[in-house]
Amino acid sequence: MSAAEHATTGPANGTEYINHHLTHLKVGEGFWSLHVDTIVMSVLLGLVTLAMFYSAARKATPGVPGKWQAFVEMVVEFIDTTVKEVFHLDRSFLAPLALTIFVWVFLMNAMDLLPLDLPGVIMGWFGIHYWRAVPTADANTTFAMSLTVLVIVIFYSLKAKGAGGYIHELFTAPFGANPLLWIPNFVLNLVELLSKPVSLAMRLFGNMYAGELVFMLIALLGAGVFTWTIGSTVGFVGQLLAGAGWAIFHILIITLQAFIFMVLTVVYSAMATEHH
Amino acid sequence: MENLALIAQVQGYTAIALGLIIGLGAIGACIGIGIMGSKFLESAARQPELIPTLQGRMFLLAGLIDAAFLIGVALAMFFAFANPLLARFG
Repeated sequence: MSAAEHATTGPANGTEYINHHLTHLKVGEGFWSLHVDTIVMSVLLGLVTLAMFYSAARKATPGVPGKWQAFVEMVVEFIDTTVKEVFHLDRSFLAPLALTIFVWVFLMNAMDLLPLDLPGVIMGWFGIHYWRAVPTADANTTFAMSLTVLVIVIFYSLKAKGAGGYIHELFTAPFGANPLLWIPNFVLNLVELLSKPVSLAMRLFGNMYAGELVFMLIALLGAGVFTWTIGSTVGFVGQLLAGAGWAIFHILIITLQAFIFMVLTVVYSAMATEHH
Repeated sequence: MENLALIAQVQGYTAIALGLIIGLGAIGACIGIGIMGSKFLESAARQPELIPTLQGRMFLLAGLIDAAFLIGVALAMFFAFANPLLARFG
């Protein structure tokens, strides 16, 4: 119903416009539903990330660097400094992970800066009527990444303390080794361990989802411009101003959230390797 | 008809709740950023050579402080456009 309607007439009111833009391209039902648009966009942007650094590594010269090489070197050095400050073991796994997280999340977030109806127009050429372009505005993506970070944190804990040491710490830190305190210790450690991926995922998701939604509301401001009334023209000017302002602010938010995700991954890994 | 009255009631309460979520979250986030910003300015005035480091840390903290507020905004927006409490009425 909705697909055919939108192909010919467009949304009937503001709420329907927003609901249309909030619908994922879904395949399957219930628990097994896949958001095809999220998967395709995130894989595509992952390939772009890899291609960026591969091309820089291929053409790297020890002499005077070109602009692209200088930029990539800047990013790599920035990540390396950040990881080196916090993490004191061998960082040959963690630093590339941090680099991937930072650049990949930044690119995925940056999809939010595309004009709102542009993915719809492009996908309309292929006959697809729902396409959400920002993978990180889908809770599935952010939770997938943060659950992976949880696995990595547990892996580092096991590596630094051993399985026995880790279980001992789960039951005896921070209050003490008295058997009466085992349950409170364990509850506290469990909450601390589980709150990390939840807060990581929800922070990124909340920022991107709210950002996308504000863009949609700004788009609705100027939606009636072709009715050529005073109100709709003022609304259109308001859309341009508010859109420009929010987009500029959002550039900061995008970079910041990618940076925060990366830093917190490194910090959680570093905390996991600390002994008491 | 009674169904309509019930739907209207759920919508009304949801609207008030959304206002509270966003408003109270904004109060917390803004006061937090204000306190952090004032401390940053103080320390920047005391030790100007530390400004680059402190500035980096300040942006990191700004993102962390805003986190709970923006999660609240995202949830409020979700309730505004796809209210699950209305699913009871079909």
